[in-house]
Amino acid sequence: MNSYSIEVENLTKKFGEFTAVDNISFKVAKGEIFGFLGANGAGKTTAMRMLTGLSKPTSGQGTVAGFNVIRDHEKIKTRIGYMSQKFSLYEDLTVRQNIRLFGGIYGLSNQEIREKSETILHDLRLSEVSSKLVAALPLGWKQRLAFAISMIHDPDIVFLDEPTGGVDPFVRRQFWEAIYEAAGHGRTIFVTTHYLDEAEYCDRVSIMVSGRIEALDTPTNLKKQFNASTMDNVFVKLVR
Amino acid sequence: MMTILPIFQLIVLSNAATNEVKEVKIILLDHDLSEISRNLTRKITASDHFKLTGSLFSKKQALEKMQANEADIILEIPNRFEKEFIRGEKPAIQMLVNAINGQQATVGSGYLRNIISTYSQDILSEVHWVPQSNHSSISISTRYWYNPLLKYTDFMVPGILAELTALLTIVLTAMNVVREREIGTIEQINVTPIKKWQFIMGKLIPFLCVGMFIMTVGLTVGKIIFHIPMAGSLILLFVYAFVNIIAVLGFGLLISNFADTQQQAIFVAFFFILIFILMSGLFTPIESMPTWAQHLTKVNPLAHFIAVSRKVLMKGSGFVDLTSEFAYTLILAIVFNVSAIWSYKKQE
Repeated sequence: MNSYSIEVENLTKKFGEFTAVDNISFKVAKGEIFGFLGANGAGKTTAMRMLTGLSKPTSGQGTVAGFNVIRDHEKIKTRIGYMSQKFSLYEDLTVRQNIRLFGGIYGLSNQEIREKSETILHDLRLSEVSSKLVAALPLGWKQRLAFAISMIHDPDIVFLDEPTGGVDPFVRRQFWEAIYEAAGHGRTIFVTTHYLDEAEYCDRVSIMVSGRIEALDTPTNLKKQFNASTMDNVFVKLVR
Repeated sequence: MMTILPIFQLIVLSNAATNEVKEVKIILLDHDLSEISRNLTRKITASDHFKLTGSLFSKKQALEKMQANEADIILEIPNRFEKEFIRGEKPAIQMLVNAINGQQATVGSGYLRNIISTYSQDILSEVHWVPQSNHSSISISTRYWYNPLLKYTDFMVPGILAELTALLTIVLTAMNVVREREIGTIEQINVTPIKKWQFIMGKLIPFLCVGMFIMTVGLTVGKIIFHIPMAGSLILLFVYAFVNIIAVLGFGLLISNFADTQQQAIFVAFFFILIFILMSGLFTPIESMPTWAQHLTKVNPLAHFIAVSRKVLMKGSGFVDLTSEFAYTLILAIVFNVSAIWSYKKQE
């Protein structure tokens, strides 16, 4: 049993002539909060889609949650949670129906779904709106609900694609508390973000520039390495 | 919305889409002006199929009228018609038919021929010196089975009902998967370990219920408003509808899997719906299509649906009479749905 939850070697994705992800290699330890940064169009989302089995790598190797990314992408899906940049619960279902739907898809028993529903509704203080349509909820609530639902089957790794896009600072703070709590249970968190202050909350950070990983270390080391006071400056120096 | 519009269409189409020909515009060129010719004219104008738009004496004038679309048929009765008739010289009447609208032309001239021949039989028997036995050789009497009163709605309602059910379910499913792709929810599904067939079943079952519901409402409306016959087993019809709707839904899902946007899906769906309807036997009989087209109707789920619906409701056909429809539909259901499962990609 190895101690890494994600191991990737020379992973590449080409769309025709265009190379979206160019030979990236990295390892993520179990229980780590791994920040995945990069400018728009740097290939973050494509890389994440390959790790979650949504996109087939053009070349390279890797394992996620102990399963091969080329051969066993459907097995990977049983052990990971995913919350995408676009809000992707069913807006025309109620809060409770969404929990039930995804619980069912992940193969939870009725008993487990009932228990999980109560826990999620209680933890997020959503009990009162449990039979409201998700469309009626404020964005911040939706995001936290989506995060909770992405962990309904106790996955080893949770992939978060810009989870805090467009929400207010207070909800962002709540969100990061939830991330820390999830990581505290030994879950690996793989998160992309645009907010560089959020990068400071991560154990380690990688920065992608046009398809390649240009830097990968703890925030403290990166700041030292690039002689910068904030992650913001590190980012600007790298991207320029 | 989903039930009201189809029912509205059922009511409007069933009344409007008729093959019956009424008010064929006829012009008479009576050069004879005899008793027989006048009686014939009366017989024709008494029928509500014809509308006399003129009695003229010049053929040129009559042809001009036809050119101006004021006449569908010109009936020319020659001079000395009565005399020749009584002498037994078999006089000829000329019928000029405007065949731009083929339907109007064939059906209209058919009605007219019918009136004339009945009338000639009548006067033959009136003329005493003609021995009856020599002339009445064979008499044909027609009985219309399965639709004795030739009620057009009895024929159209079962067909339109099948068409509506299929049309609605194709459109609903064709839009569905592609809609999830546009909204982004499909990503969340694709990242779960859900099996492809489970996903397709999840799409199929709700729309199957919608289809069966529309079928039920449509049949009820057909019975109450149009008094359509229900000669056969409704259970058999519903079992067939069940298989057929599954086939049609599979086809819709197949379209949805290949479409990138909802516009594209609706465009492709309409392309096929038009072909399905025009080649279904709903308006024009399949038997009068060219052979290649007749073969094509076998892969048209709508053609089978309409055939079964009419056969069961009007003729009271049982399962044995419908085995070929059942077999083709079952094959289509399997092919469409297996392709839909196969073409649904969880990974790019």
